[in-house]
Amino acid sequence: MRRVAIIGVGCSKFGELWDMGFRDIVISAGIEALEDAGLEGREIEAVYAGNMSAGRYIGQEHIASLIADYSGLAELHVPCVRVEAGDASGGVALRQAYMAVASGMHDVVIAAGAEKVTDVPNAMEILSSSADVEWEVFNGANLPALYAMIARMHMKRFGTKEEDLAMVSVKNHKNATLNPKAMFRREISLETALNSPYVAEPLKLFDCAPICDGASVVILASEEVARRYTDTPIYIKACTQASDYMALHSRRDVTTMDAVVFASREAYRIAKIEPKDVDFAEVHDSFTIAEIIAYEDLGFAKKGEGAKLIREGVTALDGDLPVNTSGGLKAFGHAVGATGIRQAVEIALQLRGDAGKRQVDGEIGLSLNIGGTGATAVVTIFSR
Amino acid sequence: MVGIVSYGTYIPKYRIKVEEIARIWGENADVLKKGLGVEQKSVPSWDEDTATIAVECAREALRRAKIDPKRIGAVFVGSESHPYAVKPTGTIVAEALGIGNDYFCADLEFACKAGTTAMQICYAMVKAGLIDYGIAIGADTSQSRPGDPLEYTAGAGGACFIVGRDCIAEIEGTFSFASDTPDFWRREGKPYPSHGGRFTGQPAYFRHIVEATKGLLDKLGLRPSDFDYAVFHQPNGKFPIRVAQILGFTKDQIKQGLVVPYIGNTYSGSSMIGLASVLDVAKPGERILLTSFGSGAGSDAFSFVVTDRIEGIERNPKVLEKIKECEYVDYGLYVKLRRKIRFG
Amino acid sequence: MLPKFWRKIRSRYNLIGSHCENCGSYFYPPRNICPKCRRKGKVREVQFSGYGKVLSWSVVHDGVENFWLSKPYIVALIELDEGAKIVAPLDCNPDEVREGMRVKAVFRKFGEDGEDGIIYYGTKFVPV
Repeated sequence: MRRVAIIGVGCSKFGELWDMGFRDIVISAGIEALEDAGLEGREIEAVYAGNMSAGRYIGQEHIASLIADYSGLAELHVPCVRVEAGDASGGVALRQAYMAVASGMHDVVIAAGAEKVTDVPNAMEILSSSADVEWEVFNGANLPALYAMIARMHMKRFGTKEEDLAMVSVKNHKNATLNPKAMFRREISLETALNSPYVAEPLKLFDCAPICDGASVVILASEEVARRYTDTPIYIKACTQASDYMALHSRRDVTTMDAVVFASREAYRIAKIEPKDVDFAEVHDSFTIAEIIAYEDLGFAKKGEGAKLIREGVTALDGDLPVNTSGGLKAFGHAVGATGIRQAVEIALQLRGDAGKRQVDGEIGLSLNIGGTGATAVVTIFSR
Repeated sequence: MVGIVSYGTYIPKYRIKVEEIARIWGENADVLKKGLGVEQKSVPSWDEDTATIAVECAREALRRAKIDPKRIGAVFVGSESHPYAVKPTGTIVAEALGIGNDYFCADLEFACKAGTTAMQICYAMVKAGLIDYGIAIGADTSQSRPGDPLEYTAGAGGACFIVGRDCIAEIEGTFSFASDTPDFWRREGKPYPSHGGRFTGQPAYFRHIVEATKGLLDKLGLRPSDFDYAVFHQPNGKFPIRVAQILGFTKDQIKQGLVVPYIGNTYSGSSMIGLASVLDVAKPGERILLTSFGSGAGSDAFSFVVTDRIEGIERNPKVLEKIKECEYVDYGLYVKLRRKIRFG
Repeated sequence: MLPKFWRKIRSRYNLIGSHCENCGSYFYPPRNICPKCRRKGKVREVQFSGYGKVLSWSVVHDGVENFWLSKPYIVALIELDEGAKIVAPLDCNPDEVREGMRVKAVFRKFGEDGEDGIIYYGTKFVPV
């Protein structure tokens, strides 16, 4: 297996992009990434595109070729693959792209993620199809309700409080103020978060990430090729993926995402590091409880002690282990299939020292992208 | 010996009081309560309909009967509020009971007497040796136009009777009386029924119940005093008391089966829930009269003789206990639950 | 939606799941393959008693379309007495739900495929 590096990153603005269609959003991220890498376009050998539900969100399938086409690659006839794994689609696309380069099959590939959700009124209903539609959603349990049941059990078992969840939201909103592309660039107070209405008790409005439009692109190259294009290649030390039971009720333990535990242990093993070696991370805070559980399942905290990290400021921008420096899904926005790639963009920017006002120190960054309530988890470890 | 093998009932938990409805329409609640002999009525929840009520009462009957569901050979559901205009409620019930696929089935409609007619069909089929057990259900979530006098009484509920040979109450005889009397009707595609006002009384309710009951008594050579209990269809609290009087039955005989003051008129479920309430307390050897009434119009009369087996069947919770367990709703919630508001 | 709903009617109307005779595990909804024993598994159909207890729950304010008339409604993670777990609607007052509360299955309407479409029925739970 060859070492694989990120040589360019691009990201559209995330949010309700009323004046931009799916193609416009993808192009804005794609062009930025090509410019960032200094590529003409001809160098691209394959495209891996993460997208959860273009069929339902925009009524268009076959979007991998569409993306390549509107990225100006049609006449190059490169193979394009759409990857779907719920809201872990981006993470899985990254892994497919990574494997294509690591294996020696390709030298330069695009890993993209894109979702246009605001053309339809039922964005949450569609995202909820990343849970078990027949045996969860049909029974009234959409994604917020499922995460709410996770949260209630975590609170009951470990004493996690609604305040702890609110603090995650406050932190991520604060980080997003420093990120020009974030959807919500305003600080919120703990009171605002705590006083927001319940969506699915105990989760409130400010515990739920907004589903939004957005696209992200990273360009991967083999180590040898990467050196030709950049002085600051960001290496992918490990990119692992694990799955679990589709439905929450089938899982071994509702308060643990075994897929995250499994994928992260494997990633640490491959990268030859331990959780304590991670300097900063982007985790899948589609709901605030998910960030707290991620602390535990990634090994940053013992099971049940995730809330301590947020209470003690460990994961704040100026803490020992900053998490979601971008603003996270909560404040940067959750563009579903784009999120996994968007996380990689943030980590690459941070490791390159290009993260502007939200720059943190660190050698090793980690990203965690989750599909549904944890039926898919992708963990990626990056280093300079 | 063919008769009732087991029975079950279901009454939705919500109730609305006559006062609450009267408040909306500017009527005098005391006058209405006195005139109708009804205090309140049952209201189905947003997720309850005739099919769910039928399933719940049938499941109770089957549980009490302790018989293999596969031995049920027929399912007849009587209602005037079947959830579908075309597509049987009976197959929904049969599937939910797990009786398999070889069964006789159809939905019946004869205003408030379709359930007792279902009982007659099951009785005949068991007697003829076509089936071992038949399920007869009367269930309704009865409709009433907002502001119509019917709104004070149109309730929801149902009862199921499993008919077979090893019975707790033998059907000693049955007799029906019918005529083309349009006292109450609902035209195809209309949401609410219409009625002939006071015409629903003498030429309809009273005439049919009296004639059917007399016909049965003549056929069996019995007199009112031979019965320990009598149950008549109960569209309100007044009619059954008066018809009992006309026929020579006492208030004591009808008291146990008179459930309408607390749950309203449950239409196809009405007289059948009354019968269930009587079976809740009946002792071996006792004789029970049941006469239903369905507008349009007709009455089915039955005479039951309670057998020793009644001691061996679970009869709790009793109908009168179920009636007491309730939660009151206001008129606003009532119109939402009953979907009386147009959504678009 | 029609064939998709119809196909699973048996398991929706009644809690019909599966039981692996090799390892003793119970599953709902039914599975063809035991995830513990895989090829060694002996999976048989089983009808659950319909009794269980609440492990976790949520009072849902912003829920699925078919439940909009009952907002807020409760969904619960329920452990059936046989051991299988299920996520299902729980019909009771939000104030009365407790962890460990005993519940039983009831037959209820889930919604409909529009005003002209078929009606969906299935299993909900109520406090015992």
